[in-house]
Amino acid sequence: MASVTYDHVVKRYTADLTVVKDFNVEIKDKEFMVLVGPSGCGKSTALRMLAGLEAISEGEIRIGDRVVNNVAAKDRDIAMVFQSYALYPHMSVYDNMAFPLQMQHMKKDDIDKRVKNASRILGLDNFLKRKPRALSGGQRQRVALGRAIVRSPKVFLLDEPLSNLDAKLRGQTRIELQKLHRDLQTTFIYVTHDQVEAMTMGDRIAIMNAGILQQVGTPGDIYDHPANLFVAGFIGSPTMNFVPATVDNGTAKASGLEVKLPKPVSAAKGTLGFRPEAVTDRVVEGGPTMKMKVDVVERLGSDQFLYGQVGADQVTARVDPRMSVQPGDTVQLGLDTRGLHFFDAETEKALI
Amino acid sequence: MDFSVLLTDLPTLVVVIIGVPAVLAAYIVGGEYLVRRLPDKARPSVRPWIWVAPALLLVAGFLVAPAIGTLAQSFEDKNGAFIGFQNFAAQLAGFPTGGAWIAIRNNLFWLIFYTLFVLAFGLLLAVLFDRVPYESVVKSLIFMPMAISSVALVVIWKFMYAYQPPGQPQTGTLNFILNTVFHQDPRTWIQDESPLLGLFPLNDMALIGAAVWGIVGFSLVILSAALKGIPGDLLEAARVDGAGEITIFRRVIFPLMMPTVVVVGTTLVIFALKAFDVVYAMTNGNYHTDVLANRMYQLLYNSHDFGGASAVAVILLLTVIPVLIFNLRQFRAVEARR
Ligand SMILES: Nc1ncnc2c1ncn2[C@@H]1O[C@H](COP(=O)(O)OP(=O)(O)O)[C@@H](O)[C@H]1O
Ligand SMILES: [Mg+2]
Repeated sequence: MASVTYDHVVKRYTADLTVVKDFNVEIKDKEFMVLVGPSGCGKSTALRMLAGLEAISEGEIRIGDRVVNNVAAKDRDIAMVFQSYALYPHMSVYDNMAFPLQMQHMKKDDIDKRVKNASRILGLDNFLKRKPRALSGGQRQRVALGRAIVRSPKVFLLDEPLSNLDAKLRGQTRIELQKLHRDLQTTFIYVTHDQVEAMTMGDRIAIMNAGILQQVGTPGDIYDHPANLFVAGFIGSPTMNFVPATVDNGTAKASGLEVKLPKPVSAAKGTLGFRPEAVTDRVVEGGPTMKMKVDVVERLGSDQFLYGQVGADQVTARVDPRMSVQPGDTVQLGLDTRGLHFFDAETEKALI
Repeated sequence: MDFSVLLTDLPTLVVVIIGVPAVLAAYIVGGEYLVRRLPDKARPSVRPWIWVAPALLLVAGFLVAPAIGTLAQSFEDKNGAFIGFQNFAAQLAGFPTGGAWIAIRNNLFWLIFYTLFVLAFGLLLAVLFDRVPYESVVKSLIFMPMAISSVALVVIWKFMYAYQPPGQPQTGTLNFILNTVFHQDPRTWIQDESPLLGLFPLNDMALIGAAVWGIVGFSLVILSAALKGIPGDLLEAARVDGAGEITIFRRVIFPLMMPTVVVVGTTLVIFALKAFDVVYAMTNGNYHTDVLANRMYQLLYNSHDFGGASAVAVILLLTVIPVLIFNLRQFRAVEARR
């Protein structure tokens, strides 16, 4: 149990290869923090610096009040679940879980108690004598979790722990991990490239791109108020609609859409952003409207997605499933301006 | 030079170059033709035999038959008369210094120390070089002696072990070091039978040392490959789990390398049992450094004692076979785990 602080942390492999740039995050005690971003953006590197597996080029990482820059991995009291699980292939499930406790020179009885307890929580009781080779992917993943939870570490690190599981198991494990976090009352730092995992699991989310931290906030916060174009496009599925627009006298003009901005902006050019659910089949008198030439209709039962052209721009709309639309139709749609965003053309920062 | 011999042998050459592939091709085509004419059901069980038959014939003719011949000879006297186990009795008489006993003792030394040193040095070097820049260059250097013939190796090590009486300039590397660094009298490394550490004859150890130098690259390369085969994740996981580097080696790296260590070890045991060339070229078995393979050679070509030589060969074969079987099993187990 401890907080974790990244203070102006930089990771540089060579003079011109910097993979983590000026990284600043404060992760609170007992928080479930998700670090999310596209592949190769430096998430694992950020996590590995905290674990002590990568040297820190600049800045400071603190666990609690202790600066750990020069503390060896083995002395940081951190548990980590690797994407590959990294189970010791020559040890039984029991020994895999007992290993970190043996490293602490714990008494055999205590080790036994803790391993049995973890195996009960994770449903591994029947597999304790098996070697990892004889386990399924899901079971291996549990052993990796077990090896981490037996120690009650200060901080619990998980690097894409679900990416080798099939979709169904991933969904289940996601829920179990949240339960585990509640029961363990420990700081979790969870790395993933999957925004759905991030949105569903995190108390807070930190979004990275190209080594730079983009935004930190609660899932709702980030969804409703993305700080920039990248975050807006990365979070949410289907993705937010982006249409290039010019601003004239408080009104944004796009190729097939005109909308009065709810707030004045300083830029003359930029990108208008609105999520598919902000596009509605209810056209409000005097409100913004658009004509969409529908290319594809996707009915998902509870939802109906329309993909089509508005002027020269591609737009996705989530509409009432009872609305009857065929591909090729042209429909009149409205826009809920409460979910409207506007991004500066130069800086890509959100102005609204 | 007289090339006429080439001309007279031309027909032979033609037969070899054209005839052998032709016969093989004819065999394959003919065999396949016959297999096709068999009923459908019989084909799968017959076809493999057609393909392995040539190899089986070669093995039978050049390996099994001579082995059986040797076995038979080990029960015969000089005139080919059956004399039961007398040859074996002669070789095993006069324990502990008569018959083949010195050779057996030395083979035991070889088996223990040659295997142990080669494994230990190979493992140590593999681990040390794993994190060194220019690793491949350094490993190539260590591997180099593998490319030298054993006789050349012995020539090199005779320089290392060369001896001049005390007071004279020492030309041998070891004696030079002994003299200038440790201020001690030179030793006759390959003749001196005085026990090292009160146990093992110095000259035996000197021979083993030279052979170890020659083969350590082999174990280095294989063990190094095994070391590289261990996923980096495992070592990182162990580090995060709180293990120090030595513990990681003991608890993670070494156990994972164990199957390979066993395969290399048993291969070395076989090499040790077959040890011949270094002994033959360095001492020819004198000064009580004889080993079984050299004794067999001496009995055969110097004493013309075919029965005795065959008996030694059989003893050697019987000790090697169990190791060989174990080695093959272990090798298959390692392969299966990939
Ligand atoms: N040892 C290394 N040397 C040089 N570049 C590296 C090294 N490790 C990772 N990188 C680079 O750093 C970037 C970030 O990697 P990583 O943190 O693994 O990304 P992520 O986990 O977000 O997918 C990648 O572009 C990767 O190629
Ligand atoms: Mg990664």
